[in-house]
Amino acid sequence: MAMLKPKTPEPRALDLAETRISAMTLPEGGWAEPARREALERVRKTGLPISRDEYWKYTKPDTLTAVEAPAASVFDGKEPPVFDQFDRLKIVFVDGVFDAEQSDDLSLEGIEIERLAESQADIHWAKEVYGRLEARGQSLVQRPLAALNTAFATDGVLIRVTGKPSKPVSLFYVHEVETSDAMLHHVVKVEEGAEVTVLEAGPAAARFNQCMEVEVADRATFRHIRAQGRDHERRAATHLFGRLGEESTFKSFTLTANGVLTRNEAVLELTGDNAVAHVAGACMGDGDFHHDDTVFVTHDAVNCESRQVFKKVLRNGAVGVFQGKILVEPGAQKTDGYQISQSLLLDGDSVFEAKPELEIYADDVACSHGSTSGAIDDEALFYLRSRGIPEAEAQNYLTLAFLAEAVQEIDDADLQEAIVERISQWLFRRMAT
Amino acid sequence: MLDIKNLHVKLEDEDKQILKGVDLTVEAGKVHAIMGPNGSGKSTLSYVLSGREGYEVTDGSATLLGEDILELEPEERAAAGMFLAFQYPVEIPGVGNMTFLRSAVNAQRKARGEEEMSSSEFLKVIREKAKDLKIDQDMLKRPVNVGFSGGEKKRNEILQMAMLEPKLCILDETDSGLDVDAMKLVSDGVNALRSPDRGFLVITHYQRLLDHIVPDVVHIMSDGRIVKTGGPELAREVEANGYAEFKETA
Repeated sequence: MAMLKPKTPEPRALDLAETRISAMTLPEGGWAEPARREALERVRKTGLPISRDEYWKYTKPDTLTAVEAPAASVFDGKEPPVFDQFDRLKIVFVDGVFDAEQSDDLSLEGIEIERLAESQADIHWAKEVYGRLEARGQSLVQRPLAALNTAFATDGVLIRVTGKPSKPVSLFYVHEVETSDAMLHHVVKVEEGAEVTVLEAGPAAARFNQCMEVEVADRATFRHIRAQGRDHERRAATHLFGRLGEESTFKSFTLTANGVLTRNEAVLELTGDNAVAHVAGACMGDGDFHHDDTVFVTHDAVNCESRQVFKKVLRNGAVGVFQGKILVEPGAQKTDGYQISQSLLLDGDSVFEAKPELEIYADDVACSHGSTSGAIDDEALFYLRSRGIPEAEAQNYLTLAFLAEAVQEIDDADLQEAIVERISQWLFRRMAT
Repeated sequence: MLDIKNLHVKLEDEDKQILKGVDLTVEAGKVHAIMGPNGSGKSTLSYVLSGREGYEVTDGSATLLGEDILELEPEERAAAGMFLAFQYPVEIPGVGNMTFLRSAVNAQRKARGEEEMSSSEFLKVIREKAKDLKIDQDMLKRPVNVGFSGGEKKRNEILQMAMLEPKLCILDETDSGLDVDAMKLVSDGVNALRSPDRGFLVITHYQRLLDHIVPDVVHIMSDGRIVKTGGPELAREVEANGYAEFKETA
């Protein structure tokens, strides 16, 4: 294991944590309580993020750590939710609280789903996962907002996949109250050989702190497709923790449009040989928008493949951040690691900050990373215009073209099309206004 | 149809004159070929006519069917009937070939105040035209030019030409990167589009394309000017003797 000296926390970070903690109540009782108390200790020890932290250099954490969530007006995009046309098991949360009325019946063959808030039984499979993956994810980089979530999240779902359910599980987040501050914690365990697709969409809350811990057992498959936006004033800090067993597959894709602040962290650990982990994101930011993808992939087994594909289209002063790391542990031979982060800057006001990192302790590996920032390709723009397509429309097509590599990370053709369709709607709607 | 008079063009960013007084008229129904050595200004002429950025017209004029095209945006020139088949067609990932073509056809129709083509009509027409060019369904659905071979890209250019039904077609080094079979297929596609109300300007370095697309008039371009004009026999003369003699006269 690579060694990193724990940093002495800044007094200000510790004060922030104490202030925040004192304003919340730790849920008591049930199987999760020990994990919550451990998480609370983690937050107390590290403090909450401050701008001086290395991993918060490009993204201001203050609105995410403050006691009060900054208000966000409820956004009506006047468009149907992106996964509405799919047959799916829908689970709805309103401002971070499960809504039984709007949700489907939670029973489905091959899968067990229960509410975190209701699962009080003492012996529980989720004990092995809840707070565990999050805690592992803290070992090299501190993620206090995730530990805070483990400690205080009152709602979320526990999903145990034992077979191959006939339809995806769809988590839909409704935002109704302008000052809502939601914390959700989901746990997914995909048992050996099982397969599941989890969809996520919806504005969630004025401020949204979310954790999803995903244990993918040997030969199991987890697919995740998420659509965030285009609710302009939302602030979100999300954490996706994944641990992969032998010959397992983990594929996550996130589409983000707008939102004043979004920080999506993915922390993946390949612990079984021949595992495959892909994490991808396509984001479109216009104006007062800050979007941060922070990814950490650890290879700790032989012959594993990981891919990180992140694309951001930015205009009118929008800011995009990518911090991505591939860590190859000693002995993780035959690792195939790929990482690309690119931005398309549609004007001179927008900014893209990228920090790609490789840390390799094995000698037989193939790892590559690349990061670029560019404008619309003049040659391609001329090609489209020379066919009669007006400039604004041509620019939209080239934006789609730019995002394609990330979108193509979605395996399912119908879901991929739904995402492309949504991006097109956003692009062409903008043109009409 | 196309009237170019005394056209002088320089690079926008540099003080480099590329076209030094081109005079050329392409009549409807005729195929004109422009041959010339590398760097003579052939491709620049095609770019300037179709509206690519980076060039500055310092003197002269170019009109298409009487309309001054040099002031128009590239998409406006397209709607006016100009089409350039690219030497290196651009790959556009994530955008289906059919989606792209349909929006091009309809954008032009809209610009001309015509009714847009319906989905079903478009499908019917494109299937027919694709068949002639041996372009299969898969190629129509794939992203524009992505993963296409050199020959497929050029056939795709001709398919676009067939769908857009331009008045004036400029082919820029369409033969580059083509094997004999692909050249035949592309040439057949072009020949099928020859009609009394359409003009062609075929730009090529080599004579071999002109065996398949037989021109009515051949021009030799050297150092930014047209230095000689003749019939198809001029192309064969170049093939035999090279461009050296024209360079001297230029």
